[in-house]
Amino acid sequence: MMKDNIDTKVGVDAMETKFNCRDVQVYYADNHAIKDVNVDILDKTVTAFIGPSGCGKSTFLRSLNRMNDTIPICRVEGDILLDGEDINDAKVDPVQLRAKVGMVFQKPNPFPKSIYDNIAYGPRIHGLARNKAELDEIVEKSLRRGAIWDEVKDRLDAPGTGLSGGQQQRLCIARAVATEPEVLLMDEPCSALDPIATAQVEELIDELKANYSVVIVTHSMQQAARVSQKTAFFHLGNLVEYDDTNEIFTNPRDQRTESYITGRIG
Amino acid sequence: MPVFWLILIVLAIAAAGFVVGRSRALSSAEGDARKLHSLPSFYGNNVVIKAIVPAFLVMIVWLLAQPLVVASSVSGLIPESAIPDNSSRGLVMAEVRRAADGLDAAVASGGMTEDFARNARADFNDVTERLQEAGAIVTSQVTQPVLRAAQRFRVLNATGKTLMSGAVIALSILGALWGIRETKAEFRARNTVETSIRMLLIAAASIAILTTVGIVLSLVFNTVEFFRLYPASDFFFGTTWSPSFSGRGGSSELGVLPLLWGTFYISIVALLVAVPIGLFSAIYLSEYASSRVRSVAKPMLEVLAGIPTIVYGLFALLTVGPLLLSVFGPNGLGWMQAGTAVMTAGLVMGIMLIPFVSSLSDDIINAVPQSMRDGSYGLGATQSETIRQVVLPAALPGIVGAILLASSRAIGETMIVVLGAGAAAKLDLNPFEAMTTVTAKIVSQLTGDADFASPEALVAFALGMTLFVITLGLNVFALYIVRKYREQYE
Ligand SMILES: Nc1ncnc2c1ncn2[C@@H]1O[C@H](COP(=O)(O)OP(=O)(O)O)[C@@H](O)[C@H]1O
Ligand SMILES: [Mg+2]
Repeated sequence: MMKDNIDTKVGVDAMETKFNCRDVQVYYADNHAIKDVNVDILDKTVTAFIGPSGCGKSTFLRSLNRMNDTIPICRVEGDILLDGEDINDAKVDPVQLRAKVGMVFQKPNPFPKSIYDNIAYGPRIHGLARNKAELDEIVEKSLRRGAIWDEVKDRLDAPGTGLSGGQQQRLCIARAVATEPEVLLMDEPCSALDPIATAQVEELIDELKANYSVVIVTHSMQQAARVSQKTAFFHLGNLVEYDDTNEIFTNPRDQRTESYITGRIG
Repeated sequence: MPVFWLILIVLAIAAAGFVVGRSRALSSAEGDARKLHSLPSFYGNNVVIKAIVPAFLVMIVWLLAQPLVVASSVSGLIPESAIPDNSSRGLVMAEVRRAADGLDAAVASGGMTEDFARNARADFNDVTERLQEAGAIVTSQVTQPVLRAAQRFRVLNATGKTLMSGAVIALSILGALWGIRETKAEFRARNTVETSIRMLLIAAASIAILTTVGIVLSLVFNTVEFFRLYPASDFFFGTTWSPSFSGRGGSSELGVLPLLWGTFYISIVALLVAVPIGLFSAIYLSEYASSRVRSVAKPMLEVLAGIPTIVYGLFALLTVGPLLLSVFGPNGLGWMQAGTAVMTAGLVMGIMLIPFVSSLSDDIINAVPQSMRDGSYGLGATQSETIRQVVLPAALPGIVGAILLASSRAIGETMIVVLGAGAAAKLDLNPFEAMTTVTAKIVSQLTGDADFASPEALVAFALGMTLFVITLGLNVFALYIVRKYREQYE
């Protein structure tokens, strides 16, 4: 019925918009890597970025927490609003922005420190704990959220680099969660993991969406279908299609999207 | 025949052999290279190797052995009575060699006929004057036994050379013929040539290794010899260094401790200068500097590394010493008596080590994966937090290794110490006192006119051995640390 339709629409709109991106352009020197991207990323939702290699998924993801600032030749134009505030504004400190918008990378990159210190790293530099007891609490809570507490609780002093690949990646997720971010960006977080570790991380992502807005870049269509509610398809630097994940996979509107998800381009 | 000509002849034989071998291989396959087991040039190279290698091996061995054989046979010609009381057989043999060279020079300049040079008798002729006229350095009157020996020496040497030339050329030709005889279509020339090349490379590697072993062995033997003449406990635990040069042995005190103390004191000052400056400049260059600054600054630092240490020594002696003296000397704070001091040498050595520390650390810092930095930035860390808490801890083992390597250079450094630190062996805590190091004392023990068999000279080997063991230990430890911790980040 008509009323039902309106209700679901209200339901989606009620999800607060986290990122508001308008006419975003990203250049690497002369290479125009992201062209005219407009997208709204919702809170408490998992958004998947899919698309063939080199289409600019990572580039766009990295412009959401200004990680592109660390690449000297990279230039970002257009408006990226986080909770209505332009993150590229001169007033905004990228360091604080990145505390709010955490990031998990393709390859697990634990620091050469103990498991405890890996997790405590962010809280320490942002002064989130007033004393050791509070810090202990944050570490335990983060490791539990990272679904790795039971595996490491007896060896918090062991080096983080000594864990297995899947454990390392969950450690990195726990590390990102420890700074209490509002958004979690994940760039192909499972591409270096075996199927069991992948399942664990996917389960974790599903739990995380209760508290965070999660954006995940993935090469696996199944993974996008399993974990995300919204999917954005990128192609050659353009955002071709952005919709509910169900829609994209069952009823793509663009020819290119259909070709990609059926495996004809990519 | 001069050796140079001999080499040319052998090479010519080899070149001819190459051409013959190659064409013989082709003709054995009726001109169709596809029927050959190997490419035609392999057959040529096979002949070349057989013509050159045995011939040159014999030549090298002969050149090394002939002087020994000739000397021992000539030495037998000199009767005991011909050796003066205050001299030795070795000294007389040196005179024989000089006389023989003199005869050669005299014949070459036309001052003597060959016949005269061979048969003249010193007691009837003015041989000495005629040798001196020809430019030979003959110290005293040439006596008849010495002249006889010199004549014999010449004859033996000449025949030896002729025989060698004949043998080498004959071997070369035989080798070439052997190679040519082998050349048939089905002969596996490629395998033979590849094996020979491998042998050649193995030989080169073994020479390098054997040389190292030889050096170490000579150090060890001479050190053992020293400890026979001087008690080891006095050497290792003695706190006084005062070698006597006049009276042989007895009154010398050769305790190594003051020298080791000087070495370590100066090295520590040097490292205190070099490590912070080198490390900080490495951090700046690898983490902060734009690529334009880096492209200028890195080569500049490397120029610093290319300055010979003697130039740093001059800098210490002429600039840094006087400068320190004007501040800490009698007219200033009064702590310093002369320009040469631990401080002077240490500061300059520190400057010398800066590029060493910085370029090694730079490489190590650059080797820390970018993903590690990204992880830290992604958590909202600033650049200096990232460097302090992530990059440096990750690079630490490598940096420790670099510092250990730098200290082994500091310990082995000589010229800066000789010119900058003075020559007094002292156990003192004042860094403005003159002190000296192990290396500087090795130089001074061997450059005097001490008898090489005396403990005062042999101690140099014991000092060298001590230094060698220390630096070897440091290097091994440094490599161990670098290796052990590097694996963790890959
Ligand atoms: N650090 C960089 N410097 C220069 N060009 C880059 C850099 N990173 C990515 N690019 C370029 O930007 C484009 C998009 O790359 P990327 O965002 O990594 O693609 P994806 O993650 O979708 O595979 C590619 O053409 C790539 O060559
Ligand atoms: Mg990517």
